[in-house]
Amino acid sequence: MNLFRFFSRGQSAPAARERLQVLLAHERAATGDSDLVNKLRDEILKAISKHMQIDDEKVSIKMERGAQVSTLAVDIEIPFNGNKKAA
Amino acid sequence: MGKVIVVTSGKGGVGKTTSSAALGAALAQNGERVVVVDFDVGLRNLDLVMGAERRVVYDLVNVIQGEAKLTQALIRDKRVETLYLLPASQTRDKDNLTPEGVEQVITALKNAFDWVICDSPAGIERGATLAMRHADVAIVVTNPEVSSVRDSDRIIGLLDSKTLKAENGERVEKHLLLTRYDAARAERGDMLKVDDVLEILSIPLLGIIPESMDVLRASNVGAPVTLADGRCAPSLAYFEATRRLKGETLPVTIPGDKRSFLGKIFGRKAA
Repeated sequence: MNLFRFFSRGQSAPAARERLQVLLAHERAATGDSDLVNKLRDEILKAISKHMQIDDEKVSIKMERGAQVSTLAVDIEIPFNGNKKAA
Repeated sequence: MGKVIVVTSGKGGVGKTTSSAALGAALAQNGERVVVVDFDVGLRNLDLVMGAERRVVYDLVNVIQGEAKLTQALIRDKRVETLYLLPASQTRDKDNLTPEGVEQVITALKNAFDWVICDSPAGIERGATLAMRHADVAIVVTNPEVSSVRDSDRIIGLLDSKTLKAENGERVEKHLLLTRYDAARAERGDMLKVDDVLEILSIPLLGIIPESMDVLRASNVGAPVTLADGRCAPSLAYFEATRRLKGETLPVTIPGDKRSFLGKIFGRKAA
């Protein structure tokens, strides 16, 4: 079993290097606590709250940082009477 | 109501984060709801060890400061669906952790999860004392090495005085997790033996995790070792520790039972 595992497993160090490169590229680019993706997140929420009241519980934000591309998914449940302006 | 566990040590680099992730994943694989909370504000690493570093949107400090809801900050593991991570903030300093804020977060997590595992930062400052504050159970991670044992002794003192339970005249249940144990060195007499450490610290033994390449491999690819390879020696030791945490009594496997050469190659259990 151990022998089989020994031959079947590839090296894990390249995975470590790649993960660190992506992570550190993002962290170094960040100034203070607001890198681009975080800024976008805040501004998108602000823009939406101008037009409708957002229930914090109904907002889900997902992020995936990649080497070339990062994705930001903002999923907001808009209630039936949600087009009222925020108070 | 969930149980709150603090994984602590005093000394850095002994395996708190590795153990938090491994135990959390081991518990969650049995279908129990588990959240692992990173208290190391400013130097978070649990996200990296669990492979969620690219998905952190909000963190513990955001929740405490009211900038995000708890549910928004929790990251669900992609492999085990009952396993969640609450990351620490990378950019703010520990002063943003307030006792009231931590209490609110822990209370909410206790209501939603079976196990709340708090990964403590090294040291005995604010982050470490807040991580242990609400603990029902403490796992003291120790290497068989003099400075680690000394720092663990210090931490045990804090667990008996600075926790909520201690202040209410109760006791935090304490367990020793001996990590990076090298049987060959212990056999040669170059390393403190299990009994030595147990005698000095006099708290019950939760498990012995052998020094192993598998732990490094798992962190390289961003998986708790108990998920990366459930059959390697350290994983078996973590699974065993998990059963003890849940109240089972079973003998502790001490790494280094002598094996023949062929046994080493073909034996499933290296521990």
